[in-house]
Amino acid sequence: MNSPTTAVLVEDLSVDLGTGPILDGIDLQVPDGRALALLGANGSGKTTLVKALIGLVPPASGRVSLYGTEVSARRAVPWSRIGYVPQRVNTSPPMAATAEEVVLSGLLTGRRLRPGPGSRGRVRDALAEVGLADRAGESVHLFSGGQQQRVLIARALIRKPDLLIIDEPLSGIDRASKLALAASLQRLRSAGTTIIVVLHELAELGPLIDRAVTLDQGRVIQDGAPPSAPSDDPGHHHPDTLQGAFIHRHPVPDLRARWRL
Amino acid sequence: MATVTAEFWDTFAAMLGSPLMQRALLIAVLVGTAAPVIGTYLVQRRLALLGDGIGHVALTGVAMGWLAGAGAGSASVEAWAVPGAVVASIAGALLIEYVREKGTSSADVALALLFYGGIAGGVILIGLAGGTSANLTGYLFGSISTVDELDVWLTAGLAALILGVGLGLRPALFALCHDEEFARASGLPVRALNIIVAITAALTVAISMRVVGVLLVSALMIVPVAVAQLLAASFRRTMGVAMGLGGTVCVVGLSITYFHPLSPGATITMLSIGLYAVLAVTRPLIRPSTRHRKPHRGATISPRPAERTVDHAYHPAPHSTHGPPDEQ
Ligand SMILES: Nc1ncnc2c1ncn2[C@@H]1O[C@H](COP(=O)(O)OP(=O)(O)O)[C@@H](O)[C@H]1O
Ligand SMILES: [Mg+2]
Repeated sequence: MNSPTTAVLVEDLSVDLGTGPILDGIDLQVPDGRALALLGANGSGKTTLVKALIGLVPPASGRVSLYGTEVSARRAVPWSRIGYVPQRVNTSPPMAATAEEVVLSGLLTGRRLRPGPGSRGRVRDALAEVGLADRAGESVHLFSGGQQQRVLIARALIRKPDLLIIDEPLSGIDRASKLALAASLQRLRSAGTTIIVVLHELAELGPLIDRAVTLDQGRVIQDGAPPSAPSDDPGHHHPDTLQGAFIHRHPVPDLRARWRL
Repeated sequence: MATVTAEFWDTFAAMLGSPLMQRALLIAVLVGTAAPVIGTYLVQRRLALLGDGIGHVALTGVAMGWLAGAGAGSASVEAWAVPGAVVASIAGALLIEYVREKGTSSADVALALLFYGGIAGGVILIGLAGGTSANLTGYLFGSISTVDELDVWLTAGLAALILGVGLGLRPALFALCHDEEFARASGLPVRALNIIVAITAALTVAISMRVVGVLLVSALMIVPVAVAQLLAASFRRTMGVAMGLGGTVCVVGLSITYFHPLSPGATITMLSIGLYAVLAVTRPLIRPSTRHRKPHRGATISPRPAERTVDHAYHPAPHSTHGPPDEQ
């Protein structure tokens, strides 16, 4: 069942962190190269599920495999292929750390405890990807929420992941940044990156999603093609079905220009 | 005036000529430079008081070292104090790390029992081993009256180890302390790194204890970092500045105690805190020279969303000329 083209395989996963079941019998298979959205109300278990995918919370029962390796066998998991962007929490870090220092830590893995040669150039590239190239030497604790989010995205992108897991990237950022993020993810997707993105609603990311899984109280209640996004913004017309129509009709906004505004 | 100055230089020369003070100053500079390295990591992961807890436990280790020394018929019971502190500190730090990782609801109280047990046990055991209250004060607040050559070698070896780990593993330890979950999701050996931090913190406590005393070891690890935070805009610089400051206040503070019979730990700590106070007051004046491009004030200063809402309500569209809308 673990064919090499399966990025993520979840089998009958349940999670209980001591306060009753949070996830209850989740089955999920994500083929390599797909873009999957995890939807659901607050508290439905989306964050817990993505954390379980990468072994940050232990399963009460069931199994999770990444590229054919069980996550519980931590040392055998190909971590360098996986990029994780946590849900941003609104606590200010206690100490100065530059964007460069934060992004650099994305290069480390169990086999590499120090960044290798050429890592500074890679940091610059990753920060350029999110439009923060000229802020590398500044401390992230002076950045706005959206900018901090972009630093975390750069930290995941610097390892050039095959699988990108990104938790609620749209919350609390302005519309230009949302569109820029959509364009960035679209590019990664075109390059073959598997994307799992946690969302409240598809909104700006709708066009690049090819499968939506909806959670409710720790169970999958819907799994299939993404629902067509209701247009909440009359000034902006969403094409509703066709893959890539968004990109076709609206020229891809130049990410760097957008984020530098 | 001239005689006072001459007297000062005489005393200063005597201090530099004294083998005891030479050893003590060497230890002071080693300890003062090494302690803030681990302190930087502890502040970053909001464990600033960890050193304090380990220090409490270390006192019991000192006392057990005394008892062991007395039992072994050692000429100098003091010689076993630091090794005793090393063992107890490591045991205490690992226990604290275990409790922290478990994260149970009673962790708080468990740690309190450990810390107060450490102090009380230490005081009683030192008394049983025949220690005087002068001995006790020395361990509580620092004393360099008895440092011998062995102490210098022991301190130098452990300081080299602390610096080697703290600086050599900086990228990985930074990743761990900045975002433990991300470090885990990167496949970093998080548990091993946590244990390394705990053991290195314990060794730092054990070697700092002689200079500043178990009750103030944590100050030496943390206060220079707090000062450095006022000056540095990166993690790396924060650590570097803290190391420089730590070494400096230790040497200056210890020298002061040669002129006036004050507690070294208290003097060094008050020097650092005084420095912090002066910089905190004057920083707004020197701040503009650091090249920070400030983002929106609301995003960095205003701690509560409610305040920000009010701000907007009272100042409609104040940002319209400043570029992008606030991303918050
Ligand atoms: N560490 C934890 N311990 C106990 N309960 C938790 C923990 N983390 C999350 N939960 C609970 O699990 C449920 C799902 O949380 P979460 O996965 O964060 O939801 P979502 O990301 O969909 O908003 C919530 O009811 C939350 O209170
Ligand atoms: Mg969530």
